[in-house]
Amino acid sequence: MTAKTLYDKLWESHVVHEESDGTALIYIDRHLVHEVTSPQAFEGLKLAGRRPWRVGSILAVPDHNVPTTDRSQGIADPISRLQVETLDNNCAEFGVTEFKMNDLRQGIVHVIGPEQGATLPGMTVVCGDSHTSTHGAFAALAHGIGTSEVEHVLATQCLVAKKSKAMQVKVEGALQKGVTAKDIALAVIGKIGTAGGTGYAIEFAGSAIRALSMEGRMTLCNMAIEAGARAGMVAVDDTTIDYLKGRPYSPRAEQWENAVAYWRTLKSDDGASFDAVVELDAADIQPQVTWGTSPEMVVGVNGRVPDLAQARNEVQRGDWERAYAYMGLQANTAIEDIAIDKVFIGSCTNSRIEDLRAAASIAKGKRVAANVKLAMVVPGSGLVKAQAEKEGLDKIFKDAGFEWREPGCSMCLAMNADRLEPGERCAATSNRNFEGRQGQGGRTHLVSPEMAAAAAIAGHFVDVRNYQ
Amino acid sequence: MDSFTTLDGLVAPLDRANVDTDAIIPKQFLKSIKRSGFGPNAFDEWRYLDHGEPGMDNSKRPLNPDFVLNQPRYQGASVLLARENFGCGSSREHAPWALLDYGFHAIIAPSFADIFFNNCFKNGILPIRLEASIVDKLFDEVAANEGYRLAVDLEKQTVTTPSGESFAFDVDAHRKYCLLNGFDDIGLTLQQVDKIKAFEGRHRIKQPWLFN
Repeated sequence: MTAKTLYDKLWESHVVHEESDGTALIYIDRHLVHEVTSPQAFEGLKLAGRRPWRVGSILAVPDHNVPTTDRSQGIADPISRLQVETLDNNCAEFGVTEFKMNDLRQGIVHVIGPEQGATLPGMTVVCGDSHTSTHGAFAALAHGIGTSEVEHVLATQCLVAKKSKAMQVKVEGALQKGVTAKDIALAVIGKIGTAGGTGYAIEFAGSAIRALSMEGRMTLCNMAIEAGARAGMVAVDDTTIDYLKGRPYSPRAEQWENAVAYWRTLKSDDGASFDAVVELDAADIQPQVTWGTSPEMVVGVNGRVPDLAQARNEVQRGDWERAYAYMGLQANTAIEDIAIDKVFIGSCTNSRIEDLRAAASIAKGKRVAANVKLAMVVPGSGLVKAQAEKEGLDKIFKDAGFEWREPGCSMCLAMNADRLEPGERCAATSNRNFEGRQGQGGRTHLVSPEMAAAAAIAGHFVDVRNYQ
Repeated sequence: MDSFTTLDGLVAPLDRANVDTDAIIPKQFLKSIKRSGFGPNAFDEWRYLDHGEPGMDNSKRPLNPDFVLNQPRYQGASVLLARENFGCGSSREHAPWALLDYGFHAIIAPSFADIFFNNCFKNGILPIRLEASIVDKLFDEVAANEGYRLAVDLEKQTVTTPSGESFAFDVDAHRKYCLLNGFDDIGLTLQQVDKIKAFEGRHRIKQPWLFN
């Protein structure tokens, strides 16, 4: 038998039908739904007189539009409110399980799926959201889909897809203290570019990956899409299984034993071949800071904004010139000399309990710098928030001058009231530094939670490895 | 979905790499629960000088004269010429909805982001991958010739310039079939109901915990 990759195994175990050109019908086990990309899909379903194929496979939650401040009065913006109400109505009409805005379990869709055990190894997981790659951390085949595909999965429980190529990103060795999964993700993107993974499913492997917690693996897989890969994944090991045991949607009793036995097979076989292999030495990875308007515009914290002479071609020179102008930065500026106006700790990339603990460990006993107008912490879910409060993390943040908010996507993409004003510069733990992403004219620098907290205290970027 | 067979259209160039879906349609317009009406807000932050919000009368907003699509010579364009990794970022299908509503039916670039590429086919837009060197040449020709048009033939899988030079492109057989006929996938997939049910039955036996 030929050695198979994890991706081969996940793909082959879900093929319903395959055509001669390789176009396949893939069965979908878990369909996560949020309010932004589903209304038109439900509308299409209704117009065609169809119903969801398997309603039990769907879990819905509003996350993009929800306010992160007091929710007792509902959502002030009538357009946001209508979108969330539309989700509520669609879920009620079709009997879809939904964690509504004021449910303790509400949160960012990519945080609550794993937290509930609704994401399991061996599953195919889709959601109308590109960061669905997050769930690959559990050795699931998980990727984002468009709204037409959301409707397709609702109606047929299947997706029309073609198998991607397989890439292995291998990170061996030990990370330096203060260097995180976020830094691995940004370092990979810096190395292969935002299109480097296009057409591939990425498996992250190597001793540095195995040493990561599930939270870290989720951060890494979350950003596979920023490297262009729709799906990222990590093989099952004890860390995966320990995380899942006892979660509300996890199997129990005899089913649990059977499931674990199967899950243990979800890894690439020895000698499996990949279409591409990228290797990084964990010890070489520095805390990363993006300087521009694409996640690939990234350098180590001790580095500088690159000079045009370093650009690889005319197109990149043009992109960099536009990025300098948009970001209000000059070539060769030292990253540590860049002062910030706001700090955002949150998003589906970095809002889990481990992220908040790491940021709190930096903020403890310190004060947010005077030049920082707003430093906010937005937990990924109501349960993350409750756990953090149980551990007193909220108090550490508030004592240091951070705002402690309600869970949601918040200022990662500023669909709710949380946003940057034109020209404001933000240290953000989110995943995209595109123009206007956090508010029109806003300037985003992507960093880890530790680096964001350290920047909040210092008022500019600092090397968290030297942080006292 | 409208079918796509041939197109002879005015070409507009967007000369920057990694154009993301946040740029194609900014997030504030994603609050709509409709599929239509996104065209006036395509490239909103580049296209207008003010800040756009849903519900504004876009015809009264100040246009950015420096943005290429605002130039008179590109009005009415239906072919968008772009650079590498076009459509990266979010999975929002609002991006192809906005481009289609704006009037683009074909997009030519050296490479596209996967999810965007896929979303185009679901909406009757043909994304065409051509070699970077050919795209470079087309950018030069567009710049040099006002009123520059390209002829796209999906059946023959060719893009032809006004001088008669023709470039072949690849497209998956399934996607080509759907696009030529204007078929949407759901109807086709539902012809396989028996296979789906049979698969589901086997899957349930192997991994019953997926069906709890």
